[in-house]
Amino acid sequence: MIYSIPFYTVVILILVGVYAVIFKRNLIKIAIGITIIESGVNLFLITLGYREGGVAPIYTNLPSGIKIPEGMVLPVPQALTLTSIVIGVAVLALMLSLSIMIYRHYGTLDSRKVRRLKE
Amino acid sequence: MKDEGMSVIVTTIAALIFPAIMIFSFYVIMHGHLTPGGGFQGGAIGASAIVMLIVAYGAKNVKKKVSDENLSIFESIGGLVFVVVGLLGFLAASTFLYNFLVGEPLFGTIPPFGSNSGILNSGGILPILNIAVGMKVIGGLASVVLVMALAGGDEE
Amino acid sequence: MKWLAFVVFAAFLLFAAYEIHPFGELDDSRMDDYIIENAQNETAANNVVTSVVFDYRGYDTLGEATVLFTAIAGALVVLRRVKK
Repeated sequence: MIYSIPFYTVVILILVGVYAVIFKRNLIKIAIGITIIESGVNLFLITLGYREGGVAPIYTNLPSGIKIPEGMVLPVPQALTLTSIVIGVAVLALMLSLSIMIYRHYGTLDSRKVRRLKE
Repeated sequence: MKDEGMSVIVTTIAALIFPAIMIFSFYVIMHGHLTPGGGFQGGAIGASAIVMLIVAYGAKNVKKKVSDENLSIFESIGGLVFVVVGLLGFLAASTFLYNFLVGEPLFGTIPPFGSNSGILNSGGILPILNIAVGMKVIGGLASVVLVMALAGGDEE
Repeated sequence: MKWLAFVVFAAFLLFAAYEIHPFGELDDSRMDDYIIENAQNETAANNVVTSVVFDYRGYDTLGEATVLFTAIAGALVVLRRVKK
């Protein structure tokens, strides 16, 4: 059980993010909580592809004595994590733009007061 | 945000190290098929350089030199190059995004198997796609931060 | 009511982290072994991760570029200033 520390770190990150989304009222704090959940999921995708004692899968100036398919970590989860990080940045940009518009229209950022349509 | 920017020391140092950061970003983009890096990583470094200029000089002064319409055109050209190179794969061989430059003299040297020091002339269509994605990321992220900095300035 | 849902969710996640396979021992990795061995012949690049992102799975990169373009276009439309 002591060797599964990356998986327990993922669980702690996701729980902190879900706590911020459920229990907080400010819109900026909810956006920060969604970003923390995104970071936890990216970490989980990378730790699925680790091989014991492996090096990075790049052939330029490879140190000698590495067996070619069994001494390298898996490259496919790293490619999928790259896509996920860029999509997270795009969603965060859209969330912050909408919160600037809400603040201009209502005058407040409390998520319990921005429910009715303002006259 | 103030319109005049920050003090003299900050603006001088920002103007001095801005070309070095842009050259490092182009190095990471161009060597994407030899070392860790590529289009997305180099594009994020280039966008951070423009955001450093926005913080040091103020948003209105940066808008006079590099307006957000020019950054949008820069982003759209990157996207168009990606799709056109993919459709050229349709004409040259059988599928979309086929690597039709392996073996040709332009970018197509096949490296020897195993450990070697890299050849810049290799990679097929990978360097062209790296440059297209790098232009897209630099234009997109810099224009979003510039528009957000301008929106907080004037509140009626 | 919120506390009950949060505790049930935390219990599910902790049970899943206890029962997952140990860190570093993989079951089946035949696709990645094929990609590591044949990436230099078929794509002529030294970097296996870049050749997976742009050559073996290039269609996903096209979809991601479209998502980035759409999100930035939406953010620029929302913050437009109308000249009077």
